[in-house]
Amino acid sequence: MVGASRFELELNPPKGLVLPLHYAPFIPILVELTLLVNFLVWYTNIIMIGKKILEQLNIIKQCRKYSLSVWQCPQFLFLIMGIIIIVSSLLTYAIGNRYIEDPLLVALIVIAVSIVLLIIAATITRSFETLAETNRMKSEFVSIVSHQLRSPLSNLKWVIELLMSGKVCPVAEKQTEYFRMLKENSKRMDELVSDLLTVSRIEQGRLPLQKEKTSFKDLVEKIIKETEILAKASNVEVEFNPADNLPDIIFDPSQLKLSVANLLENAIRYAKAKGNVKIGLKKKNSKLYFEIKDSGVGIPEKDQKYIFQRFFRSENAKKRQTEGSGLGLYIAKSIIEKSGGKIGFNSKENKGSTFWFTLPIK
Amino acid sequence: MVHLANKINIMKTILFVEDEFTLQKTLGEVLTKEGYQVISALDGEIGLRMAKEKKPDLILLDLILPKMNGFEVLKKIKEDEAIKDIPIIVLTNLEGMEDIQKALELGAATYLVKANYSLEEVLEKIKKTINE
Repeated sequence: MVGASRFELELNPPKGLVLPLHYAPFIPILVELTLLVNFLVWYTNIIMIGKKILEQLNIIKQCRKYSLSVWQCPQFLFLIMGIIIIVSSLLTYAIGNRYIEDPLLVALIVIAVSIVLLIIAATITRSFETLAETNRMKSEFVSIVSHQLRSPLSNLKWVIELLMSGKVCPVAEKQTEYFRMLKENSKRMDELVSDLLTVSRIEQGRLPLQKEKTSFKDLVEKIIKETEILAKASNVEVEFNPADNLPDIIFDPSQLKLSVANLLENAIRYAKAKGNVKIGLKKKNSKLYFEIKDSGVGIPEKDQKYIFQRFFRSENAKKRQTEGSGLGLYIAKSIIEKSGGKIGFNSKENKGSTFWFTLPIK
Repeated sequence: MVHLANKINIMKTILFVEDEFTLQKTLGEVLTKEGYQVISALDGEIGLRMAKEKKPDLILLDLILPKMNGFEVLKKIKEDEAIKDIPIIVLTNLEGMEDIQKALELGAATYLVKANYSLEEVLEKIKKTINE
């Protein structure tokens, strides 16, 4: 034992700090140990962030909680940073070992580097997690509030209907008009709440798509029929020119209906007096191509890049229509994109807009 | 024939399990006017007890209820031999696909989301179900 140490001493005479001789062979192990401790610290940090280690380690589950993709998830970020810390510690060790002769100094440098990296990683991850959590809570809040609003709203709707039906007491002609206003406004509130619920579902990644074989043509015809009253009231003519022999698509009919209805209602609402709306549907490169062309007010160029954002409403839209939440296009885009399609538009102020989307044929 | 149908209506009872007083009153009033006898229950436990005691011809059931939720009430009614054949219409604000599927699997005859139906339409559904 003593002989061996003396032999090493002759080969590598220590400079600077003199360590007791028999420590020398253990120094690499010591460095490895610090790496291990480093790894453990990284692990305990996970415990600090979330109380349940297992839950924290289940990255996929965590990502689903925030409805983020794996790459954007704070937990994944932390895992990657952990790996970076270990790799860079090893690198520092390797490089230090080569250029610095004092093993203890190498160990100290390795420890210092890994501690600094760990602090940076923890700080970044923590702030990312706070952001993700805030976003999740906001969506949850919207969802809860909308659900709570739902029951009083449907109560209100039914009470108004009951009053209007004249079953409670005869209704005077003047009252009817006000009842109609009440009904319209409660309907508007109801639609807004429905939109908010859909948005919060999209954000929480809980928008269910019930896929079934759907005839897109029939669906569009049905929607046109349902918006007939609105079109007549706005003095707008709606034309539908589908191509022949269109294939059926596999899709969630209610969600698709929501997207198309949103686009069509926009086209009608923002049409100018005596306007017309042309709807086209055809097959294009193994995709179904749908477009709605209106002769409406158009979207000002400066607003065009924001048009699919939540709650965004263009200035000229606000002037023309006080109704509208600025959620319709956002919802349409989310639904179409989630189904593997694309959505877009061309628009010129005062000339009109064309909104289109494609859907894959499977 | 019409006269006879009306007479049968008078004898038919509907159990309305709903914790919202406004709805109890509005829909209850409409149903009474239509000639049905309406029994109100404001929570799940009372609803279940009433179903067992009165054996109504139809049950209107909300899902979010105090004391015992609608799913449980539905399950317990379907487990009870004496009342398992009473048609149940679920009338609720829950519109998640899972909820709809769960209720239908448990044996609900129809599932109506309150926000999507007018009073008239609900009445139509009730008439249709009770006459089947």
